[in-house]
Amino acid sequence: MKSVIFRTLAPVLTSLMMLFSIFVLLRGHNEPGGGFIGGLIAVSALAIYGMAHGVETVRRAIFFHPMAIAGAGLLAATSAGLIALFAGVPFMTGLWIYPAIFGLEVPLSTVLLFDSGVYLVVVGAISSIALSLEERGGE
Amino acid sequence: MDVTALTFLALALPFAAALVAPGLTRLLGHNAAWVLAIAPAAIFLHFLRFLPDVASGEIVTGGYTWIPSFNVSFSWLIDGLSLTFMLLISGIGALIVLYSGGYLKGHPQQGRFFAFILMFMGSMQGLVVSDSFLMLFVFWELTSIASFLLIGFDHAREAARRAALQALVVTGGGGLLLLAGLLILWNVSGVTQLSLLLSFGSELKESPFYLAALLLVLGGAFTKSAQFPFHFWLPNAMEAPTPVSAYLHSATMVKAGVYLLMRLNPVLGGTPEWQLLLPLFGVTTLVIGAALAVRQTDMKLMLAYTTVASLGLLVMSIGLGSPHAVEAAALYLVAHALFKGALFMVAGILDHETGSRDFTKLGGLRSAMPLTFAIALAAALSMGGLPPFFGFLAKEELYSAFSASNLRSALFAMLTVLGNALMFAVAFAVALKPFLGPRVNAPKHVHEAPPLLWIGPAVLALKGLSIALFSGLAHRLVSSPTASAIAGEPRTVEISLEPHVGLPLALSALTVALGVAFYLNLARLRAAMVTILADIGWGPDRGFDQFLRGLVRLAVAVTRRLQGGRFDVYMTATFALVAIVLLAIPLLYGEFPRAPFFSADVPVHELAIIAIAVGGLFAVVVASDRLTAIVSLGIQGFAVAVIYLLYGAPDLSFTQFMVETLSVVVLALVMTRLRLSPADHRPLPEKARDATIALACGLGFALFLLRVTAVPFDRSLTDFFNLYSKSVAHGANVVNVIIVDFRGTDTLGEIAVVMITGLAILALVRLRAGSLKRAVVAEADETAVEERA
Repeated sequence: MKSVIFRTLAPVLTSLMMLFSIFVLLRGHNEPGGGFIGGLIAVSALAIYGMAHGVETVRRAIFFHPMAIAGAGLLAATSAGLIALFAGVPFMTGLWIYPAIFGLEVPLSTVLLFDSGVYLVVVGAISSIALSLEERGGE
Repeated sequence: MDVTALTFLALALPFAAALVAPGLTRLLGHNAAWVLAIAPAAIFLHFLRFLPDVASGEIVTGGYTWIPSFNVSFSWLIDGLSLTFMLLISGIGALIVLYSGGYLKGHPQQGRFFAFILMFMGSMQGLVVSDSFLMLFVFWELTSIASFLLIGFDHAREAARRAALQALVVTGGGGLLLLAGLLILWNVSGVTQLSLLLSFGSELKESPFYLAALLLVLGGAFTKSAQFPFHFWLPNAMEAPTPVSAYLHSATMVKAGVYLLMRLNPVLGGTPEWQLLLPLFGVTTLVIGAALAVRQTDMKLMLAYTTVASLGLLVMSIGLGSPHAVEAAALYLVAHALFKGALFMVAGILDHETGSRDFTKLGGLRSAMPLTFAIALAAALSMGGLPPFFGFLAKEELYSAFSASNLRSALFAMLTVLGNALMFAVAFAVALKPFLGPRVNAPKHVHEAPPLLWIGPAVLALKGLSIALFSGLAHRLVSSPTASAIAGEPRTVEISLEPHVGLPLALSALTVALGVAFYLNLARLRAAMVTILADIGWGPDRGFDQFLRGLVRLAVAVTRRLQGGRFDVYMTATFALVAIVLLAIPLLYGEFPRAPFFSADVPVHELAIIAIAVGGLFAVVVASDRLTAIVSLGIQGFAVAVIYLLYGAPDLSFTQFMVETLSVVVLALVMTRLRLSPADHRPLPEKARDATIALACGLGFALFLLRVTAVPFDRSLTDFFNLYSKSVAHGANVVNVIIVDFRGTDTLGEIAVVMITGLAILALVRLRAGSLKRAVVAEADETAVEERA
């Protein structure tokens, strides 16, 4: 897209939206949000960046192939379920630990890992579709 | 370790060996065979320990529960029959692994070959010891798959690929019949284990479903054991390397059907249907197989057709069911595995050393390959049924079964003598013709085979001699327990090499005399068979091709009709169906909702939002070009999202916002890709039709939602999640907790679907790239992406 304003603003907008998507992902357990919504926000961010600077730039920026991101997400979600088996409880049972990081108690759980997996699958799969469509749309 | 765990290990060992085989072969070359053969040898020794117990009539069972809720277990049943098979599989398996080491020496894919053959060994072992029906079926199909991989091993040749597919279709299809048969048996008897089934008396035979079960089980057994008219896949399977032919397609896999019939003989056998069908198909297969064997000059094909004939002989003797016939089946089972395995390996040695398998093109090799000649001769003597070899005992026992003086017995005796005489001629054609006579110049310089090649056939041939010489011991340990298991009651096999004048000996003499005559006139016989077959012209092999072609043509016709490839037709059909379902069901059952109740004081902002939604829809309908319509559709979507927000569903609203945004983006991108004309140029009638369907769908959904919300809301789930979300799952956002915790497994499935959908769309986008130039660009992109990653 030719608009200078849009091209200048797009990186700022994209980084803000990416940050927001992770915020939404992390708050999801107690406030509105979660992996699915977070993932969709991240895809929108990438789509905006792609419109402004072209698909090549986006592909370079996310470094991995989108499908590889989705695969990593599915792996993370599955292992989140499998961890429970090693702990001797049924598949997909949520497990929690509360380590203190910088003196602050941070609740971590397999549920969070699972939600991050959902996030990555959504980001990977949808952006893969959007990017490949955008890529050849201009030809 | 206890016996149960050891037996389980023995059953798993071939699969483990198959896993390490490729690596080991890369490391040691063809000498990996010496290491890999340890696995089957160890299994052989393990099962040898059961021999005394089983010989005294004991049945060893063991295993683990597998799916207890379905009463399915991973359990085994080791009686005389299973044990004999087990020893054959592991014993011959060890020899075959060694033989493959020599036969495929230097082959670039020898490691893969070892892996496949060990995988087959594991499947076959599982098949013959399976106690539970499901386990039997799983291993049955696994042997078909292993056989497919092995026949198609030389996958660069079209003939090998065709033969592999044919074998898979025939035996795999038969396996499905077997599954249906086993399910019927399960339903009738209520048990899922063979050991329990065998304790049933005549209840199964009296069941009204007996015939159906019998036919289905026979369908499985006859396809697997290559009975006429399903025999054609077996000779074609000779496309496989010779170790495979010796192992799968003579000694073990093709006997799976025979095994099944033997196993079920006590519960299904003895009825008029059984005694009609089995001998009929068996004897037909025997005679046709033997006659077709005479027609061939390729030694592997000759042996393959005699295998078909031998399988017919086994099926016939199981079907006859008299004590002598059952004992003959037990004896012939082992005898055949020994001599046919050895003869196949001899044919392989000749092929390997001379470069030809055509016995008319070979001759005078006795001085160059004395050891191979001796082995071939010993095996052929057993196959021809001459003393002092094991084959003689088996044949005598069978001929004793024909001592009844009635027409049926005489007819079967005559046909059996004919089949045996033909097999006699073929056996000696393979064992004598390449070695005797003047030396014919072979394509290669000929010398004796290396030890890896001759150890296998030599051991098998020697076994054929020693079992006959020490028949008393062999009968006590192997033959009698096997015959007892087949008969379902204790049996003692007594036949020995001592001469006993009588009908069996006379029939034997007749067989030998006829066999010698056939051998001397082999060329003339072959010419006659060629003429006869040319006159018939059509065979099941061609029939199979016609069947497959017909099937493909039918599938294409149906697909063309149902899926014309026009997207608008699919959409119209789908939405028309949705409208019909939504409107017709309330119409049929009179389940229309009552008129909705509109409250008088709707807040202004809600009215405004609804007005925006309606406005958006209006914009969609009147939009002059497609892009505007797509964006206008987004207006309506956002309005709905706001409604969600107002009614207290922030998560849903959030998602709706994002989904709307993205779907507008994706739709717009798709539109630009499709290069449609910017505006919509449907003719008026088409527009009217589409509008009708759209309105009907909308009306249907509206009625449906009104009706559903009229039902009092059940709060039990709401209460449950509100109560436990925080306390059990540590989350205040109930929606999110449901998604990632309470119903997490569902979500796992859903994200897997999302991922697969992404992959599929990616593939479609690439596929539609079309022209070669674009394909090249796509490839360049791909490599660029890979390089970055």
